[in-house]
Amino acid sequence: MTSAQIEIQLVAVVVAAACALPGVFLVLRRTAMMSDAISHAILLGIVIAFFITEDLASPFLVVAATLTGVLTVSLVELINKTRLVKEDAAIGLVFPALFSIGVILISRYAGDVHLDTDAVLLGELAFAPFNRLVVFGYDIGPRAFYLMGGIFLINLVFIILFFKELKLATFDAGLAAALGFSPWLIHYALMSLVSVTAVGAFDAVGSILVVALMIAPPAAAYLLTDRLSYMLVLSGLIGIVGALCGYWLAHFLDVSIAGSMATMVGVLFGAVFLMAPNRGIVAIARRKIRQKWEFAQHMLVIHLFTHEDLPEAVTECRFEHLDEHMRWDESFSHRVVDRAEKQGFVKCRDGFLNLTEKGRGLARGIIVK
Amino acid sequence: MGLGEILHNLVFDYTLRTVALGSGVLGVVSGALGAFAVLRRQSLLGDSVSHTALPGIAIAFLLTGAKSPLVMIIGAAVAGWAGTLLVMGIIKTTRIKSDSALGLVLSVFFGFGLVLLTFIQKMPNARQSGLETFLFGQATALMERDVIVMAVLGALAVITMLILWKEFKILSFDPEYGVTQGFPMRTVEVILTTVLVIAIVVGLQTVGVVLMSAMVVAPAAAARQWTDRLGLMIFLAALFGAIAGISGAVISSLTLRLPTGPTIVLCISAIVLVSMMLAPNRGLFWNWIRRWYNRRLLTLNAVLADMYELAKVHDDPSHAHPAATIEAMSYRTGGVRRSLDALEESGLVQRSRMDEWALTPKGMAEAEKVIKSMEVKT
Repeated sequence: MTSAQIEIQLVAVVVAAACALPGVFLVLRRTAMMSDAISHAILLGIVIAFFITEDLASPFLVVAATLTGVLTVSLVELINKTRLVKEDAAIGLVFPALFSIGVILISRYAGDVHLDTDAVLLGELAFAPFNRLVVFGYDIGPRAFYLMGGIFLINLVFIILFFKELKLATFDAGLAAALGFSPWLIHYALMSLVSVTAVGAFDAVGSILVVALMIAPPAAAYLLTDRLSYMLVLSGLIGIVGALCGYWLAHFLDVSIAGSMATMVGVLFGAVFLMAPNRGIVAIARRKIRQKWEFAQHMLVIHLFTHEDLPEAVTECRFEHLDEHMRWDESFSHRVVDRAEKQGFVKCRDGFLNLTEKGRGLARGIIVK
Repeated sequence: MGLGEILHNLVFDYTLRTVALGSGVLGVVSGALGAFAVLRRQSLLGDSVSHTALPGIAIAFLLTGAKSPLVMIIGAAVAGWAGTLLVMGIIKTTRIKSDSALGLVLSVFFGFGLVLLTFIQKMPNARQSGLETFLFGQATALMERDVIVMAVLGALAVITMLILWKEFKILSFDPEYGVTQGFPMRTVEVILTTVLVIAIVVGLQTVGVVLMSAMVVAPAAAARQWTDRLGLMIFLAALFGAIAGISGAVISSLTLRLPTGPTIVLCISAIVLVSMMLAPNRGLFWNWIRRWYNRRLLTLNAVLADMYELAKVHDDPSHAHPAATIEAMSYRTGGVRRSLDALEESGLVQRSRMDEWALTPKGMAEAEKVIKSMEVKT
């Protein structure tokens, strides 16, 4: 690995980790699409700040863009308050308008300056090592690494400091309000974090892929755990793994790094979506199948148990009778009886079904329950 | 440039005519079908579909090597549709909510599309592929054949909507009722989604991936303010969409370096703003006026009631009292003097020489009425 490659991966790792942390709360608080709105709307802030400072590296850019992000949130809330449109529509109205103003400003006044919509929307991680941070004449590494590292630390410190408040406001907003934690303040604080993170990440991965890094890892972690603290750690890890895999995929195919990072976090989510214990598609399907057989066996033993040792047992407890009584077709009956026999619940002799002692115990247990 | 000249150009200037026609078609189709998305609280579906379309466009190009508009649109539609199904599947099978599912699918699909795009760009003659136009939209690059394809597909979508009008209506307002009436609501939902996907994909080339979501949400959001009837709302949404499309195209053609897509979006945003402010009944402006009027009425009535109390405890009902006394009685002192002036104007109170106030007989009757109405209410 060349040093540029290592630096790109370092930047990718801090970007992924910084995005995943606030993303957890976006996913849990059902405001994930706000990240989409914010990440688009900050274009306007970036453009305006750029016109004022004429310097893409100015810290003022970050401040202005963050303010635009917060402005987006408050505009959405303002429209919500009028109750003239639904909340999802409010989001859909605000950010395209702000984004359009940004695009128009760029094409009207920026001319040939190095600032175009592609760069903001798509980003280019490969350029990260070219933009160095120089302190007292010493080159200490890519600027993006320190910027995103700083934002990651801000996010981390905020979440650690206000963990209890965030947790309460996220899972029981009513209780939080009753106890005196302003839900409004927490909402805006979180949205400011999202804005800062989106701004910092935009020139590394672009504004649309910020959304992928903010939402896909927490969504995957959400399927893996029920604990907030585990979810935070897992999201960070999934984001980092996705970012690194994405980098190497992009390296071998020679394609957009940001795009393949988004693809890889998507693939990781897909894997979790399919394979997660308990909540994955496969686990759900297996559980359903197991429950189906279990239920059939329970029906069988209860049926035999109720008719056992009674005069009608001669007809009721026959294999052929299951079709009439349970509406099972023959092959299904065969499989149920086979399974029950294998587990030692029944014994089948000449089409006549007898419960074993174990089967009787099972039936009694179910009936008592 | 005068209005006449603009009209002349709209008809005879090939580029402007094509762009305006294309934008108009886009406005009508996305406005009409977007209304259903907005009513069903799926406003952000437009955002999701337009982003998920990107890999479809790229794959269509990779497979056919052609950049004919129809192939691209089919690719985009298939991907957009698959993305939507995936969103619905995630919501249904997991505890992930719709907002996360939408954001996840749109950004991941978009990222994958970006991977494919950069892959295509490395291939020979990729420069002419015209794929970037789908990203940000390039209305000025629209050609007659694009507009024809858009118009035909858009007409198909609108006709489907008209044929299934009743079913779509039930789906939007009361799907459970539809199920009890024996309508195949799942199928209707799939058809509506498909038609919406077509409407969105048709507009991608003009306004681009990012701004397409506005064309789905905004016309319907504006139309909703003017009416409570579905038919009228959809007609208005289509009309607003068309107005925004055509005026956006014209404005950007008149100005140097003014991209068409964002201009169209700003036009429709302006229409939304005006609608939210001025629409009768729902408009904020009327709401403010109503509130101001009510507040004024309340203070006037309060002053009247206070003066009535004063008159009752006094031997002489027409005895005048200084304004300060009335102020001392009222809950909020502000506006008492102004209210007295207003009441004097309508002849309900009279001012004595000492700048003291008393109810007129007419005011007495009015005050009794006010107090009675208050009693009934409490």
